[in-house]
Amino acid sequence: MRGYLGSRIAQILPTLFLVSIIVFGLQQLMPGDPALVIAGESAGDPALVAQIRNELMLNRPVPVQYLHWLDNVLHGNLGYSWRLQEPVMQLVEQKLPVTAQLSVMAFLFAVVIGVPMGILSAVKRNTAWDWLANGIGLFGLSIPTFWLGIVMILVVSVWLGWLPPSGYVPLTQNWVRSLATTVMPAFVLGNAIAAILMRHTRSAMLVALGQDYVRTARAKGLSEWVVVLRHALRNALIPVVTLGALQLGALLSGAVLTEQVFSVPGIGKLVVDAVFNRDYPVIQGVVLVTALLYVLLNLITDLLYFLINPRMHAG
Amino acid sequence: MRRIFFAASAAAFLLLGAAPRPAAAQTLRIGLREDPDVLDPTLGGSYVGRIVFAGMCDKLFDYDTKLDIVPQLATGYEYKDPTHLILHLRPGVTFQDGEKFDAAAVKYTLMRDLTMKGTLRKGQIDAISAIDVIDPLTVELVLKSPDSPLLAQLAGRPGIMVAPEVAEKEGAKFGLHPVCAGPFSFVKRVPEQEIVLQRFPGYWNAKAIHFDQVVYVPIVNSAVRLANLQSGALDLVEYIVPTDVPAVEKDPKLKLAMSWSPGYDGITFNVGKGPMAKSPIGESADLRKAFDLAIDRKALIQVVYNGLYPAIAQANPPGSPFYIPSVQPPARNIPEAQKLVAASGFKAPVTVTMIVPNSPDILQAAQVVQAMVKPAGFDLKIQAMEFASSLAAAHAGDFQSYLIGWSGRADADGNMYSFLHTGGGFNWGGYSDPVVNKLLDEARLYTSVPERDAVYAKLWARVHEQMPLIYLWGLKNIVGMKKELMGFRQVPDGIIRIQGMSMAN
Amino acid sequence: MSTAAALAPALPVPDSPARVAARRLLAHRSAMVGLALCVLFVAVAAAAPLISPVSPIATDWSAIRQAPSWAHWMGTDELGRDELARVIFGARASLLAGVVSVLIAAAIGVPAGLAAGFARGMTDTLLSRIVDAMLAIPFLVLAIALAAFLGPNLRNAMIAIGVTTAPIFMRVARGATMDVMTYDYIEAARAVGNPAWRVAVRHVMPNIFPPILVQGTLSIATSIIAEASLSFLGLGEQPPTPAWGSMLNAAQQFLTQAPWLAIFPGAAIFLTVLGFNLLGDGLRDALDPRGI
Repeated sequence: MRGYLGSRIAQILPTLFLVSIIVFGLQQLMPGDPALVIAGESAGDPALVAQIRNELMLNRPVPVQYLHWLDNVLHGNLGYSWRLQEPVMQLVEQKLPVTAQLSVMAFLFAVVIGVPMGILSAVKRNTAWDWLANGIGLFGLSIPTFWLGIVMILVVSVWLGWLPPSGYVPLTQNWVRSLATTVMPAFVLGNAIAAILMRHTRSAMLVALGQDYVRTARAKGLSEWVVVLRHALRNALIPVVTLGALQLGALLSGAVLTEQVFSVPGIGKLVVDAVFNRDYPVIQGVVLVTALLYVLLNLITDLLYFLINPRMHAG
Repeated sequence: MRRIFFAASAAAFLLLGAAPRPAAAQTLRIGLREDPDVLDPTLGGSYVGRIVFAGMCDKLFDYDTKLDIVPQLATGYEYKDPTHLILHLRPGVTFQDGEKFDAAAVKYTLMRDLTMKGTLRKGQIDAISAIDVIDPLTVELVLKSPDSPLLAQLAGRPGIMVAPEVAEKEGAKFGLHPVCAGPFSFVKRVPEQEIVLQRFPGYWNAKAIHFDQVVYVPIVNSAVRLANLQSGALDLVEYIVPTDVPAVEKDPKLKLAMSWSPGYDGITFNVGKGPMAKSPIGESADLRKAFDLAIDRKALIQVVYNGLYPAIAQANPPGSPFYIPSVQPPARNIPEAQKLVAASGFKAPVTVTMIVPNSPDILQAAQVVQAMVKPAGFDLKIQAMEFASSLAAAHAGDFQSYLIGWSGRADADGNMYSFLHTGGGFNWGGYSDPVVNKLLDEARLYTSVPERDAVYAKLWARVHEQMPLIYLWGLKNIVGMKKELMGFRQVPDGIIRIQGMSMAN
Repeated sequence: MSTAAALAPALPVPDSPARVAARRLLAHRSAMVGLALCVLFVAVAAAAPLISPVSPIATDWSAIRQAPSWAHWMGTDELGRDELARVIFGARASLLAGVVSVLIAAAIGVPAGLAAGFARGMTDTLLSRIVDAMLAIPFLVLAIALAAFLGPNLRNAMIAIGVTTAPIFMRVARGATMDVMTYDYIEAARAVGNPAWRVAVRHVMPNIFPPILVQGTLSIATSIIAEASLSFLGLGEQPPTPAWGSMLNAAQQFLTQAPWLAIFPGAAIFLTVLGFNLLGDGLRDALDPRGI
């Protein structure tokens, strides 16, 4: 166990290292000169553009630029956004909570929709309920998030006027308005995860319902719902919980399009805009942070799984 | 949810209205089309950044609605001789941190614009060779050579005055918390979300300010921006896309302000930069003229921009004092275009590639052009790419034609020199003609509009013979706002000036 | 003995696993619905020039943004082009992207996973680290950067999506390989003296095919959405060729004036993806020996 834990932690650093190299390499390959973008309306001044390239060390060999960045990171400095002159760490601190709020709300939607659907589908297997539950689950998986977002803005904001189409407000500032502006993107995000949760709940439930102890409970004469809720559900939730932690990681790193459509100022929007603006320090820094979170969440998930099910061996 | 919110605030408002109260604690919420870059006048390059500066930082001079230069922090100027420009400064002005605004502050700011690491302003005021403080309210600028556009620059970003002590202390971090001498002080900024400013009580023109707070909100998606204006979440939107204009006009709660803008869009041909210039269209002026004749600008503008923009054949659109009425775009003439294609020696259909930044309206326009030039014998291939890539491609000469616009400058030189002069920074296509160079340089020596226009008329005649650039349409400033918002002065540069604006109750 | 054999009751010959799976698939109702949808859209894409009422790129300045009518069943877009024709032809970009991306992903990921699962040791560690790193980067960021690097067009979008989807195939192939390696007859094949590569290709690979097939079908679904996402961001098929994602991008501007421009392409994406998801689920159920 300790060996397993130790080896997993030891794997984190090389993975992050590889992540940073992949992203750095990709940036260099992308066409587009950050100096031109930074110059903005002054891009027509070639001396100026050359000067900017110099200041940003863009003319140095790529390995040198990478090592310079790495050196800074090891000293806790993620660099400065070229576009805003703001420290990348500060940007991450501002925007990660936004994406986190969105992700947590999305996950709640996913649980509230997916788990009951999964239970229903397993208990009422091969009936109309099964079809309905499957249908709702599949809906979330098949619909493109950006389309669902656009349609929701059209129907809910424009036609019905129930919710504002954009304009995020932090929870601490005005929780009512904050929820009003995040409920739609959270629902859109949560849909896809709901389907996955539904499926796993369903299979776990089916396995649990087939176990001996459940048959015993039924034989004792307990009502079906008591059997389901008290006995099978508890065991069925284990893989759901561990899977859920993983999905949360995927949510954190992947709310990109939803944030774009709803103009939510989160990490996803930040990094995509940074790609389009060729703001390399932001891309590098944000991807590193999200990769770290993803890897840590993976580790926690595996640990949970390991702890709950000691029969599982690593490998 | 929103209805409850609005009902509650309406009730609160009524209650507030019942009691006698001081000047309304009012916030002005302005929607921007994109998020500004760094809020440092020396380091910033974005157009919308200028809008935020207008709320926060006063300049030496400003523009009025006729684009005449008027005093702001400077009360007047005079030329001792063509290379010595004297500026008279306004007395009793303080920066938002209490520092005095004087000649030393002017010198500091201009030196910062010229010498600071990362400055984007140097090229704009490069004509200055020395700055002398004559007395606390008088500055003398010594120029390397006569430069009539310099004054216009002092009404632009280089003329934005920064608080010297703060700027000195913060250096490149100044943009994270700028301190200037404008009507509102910087409070906070959350990138891509909002910029909040608070009224500065010590502002020299305080009686013109009727708001306590200004919040700038960047919203890139035009439909969402409009929805915010319609729902009342925004008070003013600095740019309404032309296709949304009917919706604003129909809305009884909103009104529109439209004016000409010095900006334009057009097609730049690569006629002399690198190997891609050796394309049929790059080498044959006849082909380019045929291309020009095949485009029906009015129809294009009708389809893409609701007919709101003017069709042009020159860099200075109608409304500009430098607009030459006799220079008009041709009517669409396919037979003539076909003749020119035949005369060029190239066999139809001639393949032309065009790089197009992938903003929705530009993409549409490109597809319209594609359909229009087909009967003339052109097979236009569109290469849509995101803006940064297109800029890099243009910079490297990696294109045959480039559909791109320019936000425009009030002074004609700003719209023409770098685009048409040999070696000009925006001369993506490598156009080089000694006659055009001579005319551009000549125009810089004159200070009166009629004299310059006479030169420009000759220039356009020459440029149209070679057609390195096809000017398609001029832009317009389209500002949408609540009906109760009064006092908005629309200046063609598109900047939102809060002085004089108020909310009628 | 022959008499004994002749007198023995006729035992049913067990069907091959493939037959069993196919029969179960055909009995699976939702999978059949999925298959029908897939076939429908593939047919639409293939027969586009024959079934489309007009050309998808024929503009008509007098018919801008018209609502659905008898003349234009799905209305017209911002350049007066028939929306139905564009939705029909748009199927080509989406289906091509879906299938080709998955083929690329499998071509990269399956050999890698096979190698990792078979050889174990350093090979496994190295490949798994790379795959972990790729999975830790937000998929869309990777795809955007790749598409920007290669240049925006359909072919490069497919490559970008294929490369970013390969890690999933690697994982699936690796897991399945390690599973199969424990089978007795693999041990036997190795013990007999077969060279490693022959064991891998002739004995292991056919057995890892089922989960790869399932993953492939499901990945076609995600690739179609990925292609739509990339063209939504302006990095896919070039105009004026229609692609559902870029049609949605253009539709955003006209949400209130012409909502049909957003509804139809999105519905098309949804139905196509739904079809592949249903089919993939059905395949998984049919091939799963536990029958759940």
